[in-house]
This record gives sequence, C-alpha cells and structure tokens, in this order.
Amino acid sequence: MYQALELFFVFFKIGTFTLGSGLAMMPQIKKELVTRRHWLDEDEFIDIVAVTQSAPGPIAVNLAVFLGLRIAGVKGLIATALGSISPSFIIILLIAMLFQGIQNDPLFVAAFKAIKPASVALILVPVFTIAKRTGVLGVKFIIPVIIALLITFTPLSPIYIVLTSIVIGILYYGQKNR
Amino acid sequence: MIYLQLFSTFFKIGLFSFGGGYAMLPLIQNEVVTRYQWVTNSKFADIVAVSQVTPGPIAVNSATYIGYTSTGNILGAFCATSGVCLPSIIVVVLLYVFLSKFKESVYVKNAFKGLKTGVVGLILGAALMLMTPENFIDYKSWILCILSFITSYWFNLSPITLIFIAGGVGIILY
Repeated sequence: MYQALELFFVFFKIGTFTLGSGLAMMPQIKKELVTRRHWLDEDEFIDIVAVTQSAPGPIAVNLAVFLGLRIAGVKGLIATALGSISPSFIIILLIAMLFQGIQNDPLFVAAFKAIKPASVALILVPVFTIAKRTGVLGVKFIIPVIIALLITFTPLSPIYIVLTSIVIGILYYGQKNR
Repeated sequence: MIYLQLFSTFFKIGLFSFGGGYAMLPLIQNEVVTRYQWVTNSKFADIVAVSQVTPGPIAVNSATYIGYTSTGNILGAFCATSGVCLPSIIVVVLLYVFLSKFKESVYVKNAFKGLKTGVVGLILGAALMLMTPENFIDYKSWILCILSFITSYWFNLSPITLIFIAGGVGIILY
C-alpha cells in the first residue's frame, strides 16, 4: 500500500512539473524509479519504454500504467494512472474556469519561448540513453535517423514502424542466433 | 447525450492513435471541430496552445479542456479525459499480461531487440517534429536546446529543475 502511495506521488509530481509531451517525462521517471528507488533496472525500464510506445493513446499514461502494474500490481496501476492523469485534469480545469487567456500573458509567453526548446532536449535525452544501451550508436544509428525522417516528413503512422521493427527483430536476431 | 458522445469519441481517439499527443491532435481536431462542432477552429487552436504550455500529456490536457468547454462543467471534462485514457489502460494491461507470460520466449526477446531500434527512431522523430519555427524562434532557442541537452544528458540535471531554469531564462531573454 505504501509503495502504491509513493508511486502516486512520484507520478503526480512528474505530471505537475513536466511540460510538453509524455516523452519529455521519461528522464524524470527513470530518475525517480530506477536511479533513486531501484524498483527496476535500466534495461527493464528501456524495454518498458519500447513496449509502451507501441500501445495507442497518450504515451505518458501508457508508461505510467505499465510501470505501476509492474512495480505494485493492480494497486500500482490505479496509483500511477491517477497520479499521471490528475495533475493535467486539475490544472486544465483551473485554467478553463479561472485563467482564460493565460497563454497570452507576456511573462508566460516569454518563459515558454525558452521552455519549449528545453523540452525538446528532454525528448532527445532518452533517444541517446536507449541508443547507447542497445548498441545502435555508431553506424547503426542511421536506422533510427531514417525512421525519424519518415515519421516527420511523410504521413506514415508510427504503428507501422512498431510492427516492422518487431518483425525485423524476430527475423534478424532469430537468424543470427541460429 | 453529449457526455456519452464525448466519452465514446475520445475513447475512439485514444484507441486508434499511435505515437502520443502530437500525433493525436489532427484526429482530435477532425472529431471535435469538423464532425461534432463542439468547439470552433480558433478555440481549438487556443486549446492546443494551452495544452502545450501546461504540465502533463497533451492528449489528456486537450481532452479535459474540450470536455469542459463543450459542456461547461466538470462531468464533461471527466467523460472526455477518461475516454481518452481508458484504451491506454486496457491495451497496456493486455500487453503486460501477454509479456509476463511469454517473456522467456526467444521470439519476444528478439522482437524487443528490433522494437528498441524502431523506438529510438520514433522518439527522435517526435523531437524532430517539434523543431518547428514556432518552437525554435531564433538562434537562442537552439543554444538553449543544446545547453539543456548537455546539462541533463551528461550532468544529470533534474528535468524539473531544468524546466524552472529554462522558464527563468526565458523571462530574462525575451
């Protein structure tokens, strides 16, 4: 029970202070669960990141729910789902009810001009952490670069990348180990 | 019956969109602006702007905002938000059960190896898609991005601290 509560607060905190995309939350989630609490190791964390990218819906929620379930079962799932969703819910309701137009406030606008590029950097961090850990840094890094360009400049849906990667993984590594 | 429609529409959006918040936005726009006309196009642009500058996943933020705006109350926000999150929860539970059962399978292990390479590409793509002129307005943006990357990748600066520092720097610079 205690662990589930702690999970709730970890995700609530991350949900309250991380901006932009669910992907930008990854470095902080790793820090809290892997580095600080040792609830799972880095390789398993990366596996879970990979799996949750292949599920539909908001990535932050996918990641939170999988981690909650893995660390503390159904209680963990409930804790991380509520923890990751409720900060958004509360903050957005407050804005919609009380602070309409906050996105035009000059101080707010100025702060966000810098926060946006910083958030992009936070998304780039897991790219290199995972690449390093899985040995795709170096010449092989051309593969993720091609995928990234395809995703950015063509209307190709990420699900096809996910499915193709799985099939290629099974065929390529299956053959290699034979 | 707008509550049921909000729930089912966002459930559908949650179920059929892959690649996270930014990939979901066109789908959300199509449903809530074009099809149901719950919000106007300019209101939608506002909602996206707010969702991007508030904490939390963009898909959840915009669902909450649209649910609230279209009904004027919290129940609407609740219906849309739970709708967009529920498919995630269901699919992730199924994946978890499947993977716990077959994690020793050599096929699953090899699938993971392939998947991780693909995912590196997907995340890199997500970053690339955000490098737009709206987000990177001048050379200072690029310097900020590079400095942020260096401090968090090599010096392990906490992401939350980074966001606060960036916000302060933004207020001074702009």
